Amino acid sequence: MDQAAPREERARKGIRPERTTTKADLVEEVARAADLTRKQAESVVEAVFEGIITSLQDGQKIELRGFGSFKIRCRGARLARNPKKSGVKVMVPPKRVPYFKPGKRLKEMLNEVAEASASRDVPDVPDVTAG
Amino acid sequence: MIKNDLVNRVMSGAGVPRASAVIAVETVIDVMRQSLVRGDRIELRGFGVFLVKNRKRGIGRNPKRPQEEVEIPPGLTIRFKPGKELRDMILESPPELPAAAD
Repeated sequence: MDQAAPREERARKGIRPERTTTKADLVEEVARAADLTRKQAESVVEAVFEGIITSLQDGQKIELRGFGSFKIRCRGARLARNPKKSGVKVMVPPKRVPYFKPGKRLKEMLNEVAEASASRDVPDVPDVTAG
Repeated sequence: MIKNDLVNRVMSGAGVPRASAVIAVETVIDVMRQSLVRGDRIELRGFGVFLVKNRKRGIGRNPKRPQEEVEIPPGLTIRFKPGKELRDMILESPPELPAAAD
């Protein structure tokens, strides 16, 4: 996939030494795949994540087949210690936090690749475009 | 909410035809999946970060039959770290629902 191109460019410029996928990568791929202008693709990608956020705000979970699901988890109130102030006990109020649970297929794909590269010690990444 | 609902939101939110919205949602998911499978991290400003992490072998328990040990094999998992914006938005949203513990 020539999706490595912008990443390499960034690496050369020393912007991001680590391999990181950002919104710009998603925008680029969406523009190409859906035949949209960069600008349209940008608002589309924004809309995807905004959609996920709004749904979570409504207290609704989101399930994306083959990828995973996003939901809200509640953390109860707990007693914690302030590590800076010699362990003074403080009450942490209950919280609601967003949580992502990887889907079965994604987990399988991750571990297939891990096993394959461990057993063959060939650095090639199997084609994962299918599915 | 499922993929189809997300497509509808993208359609109205970005003002693109349905066909484009479908391809867009699929592409976003696909690109993200490919990145994670390659072991890359995904950083989305305002939303969060997805990281691929190693999981050690462990012993899990079936909550229904706690006396039985279930082995959790070592492998890779994904950690999602919600971004500040997302965390704040969730905290601010009305907590009417105790968000089912599923």
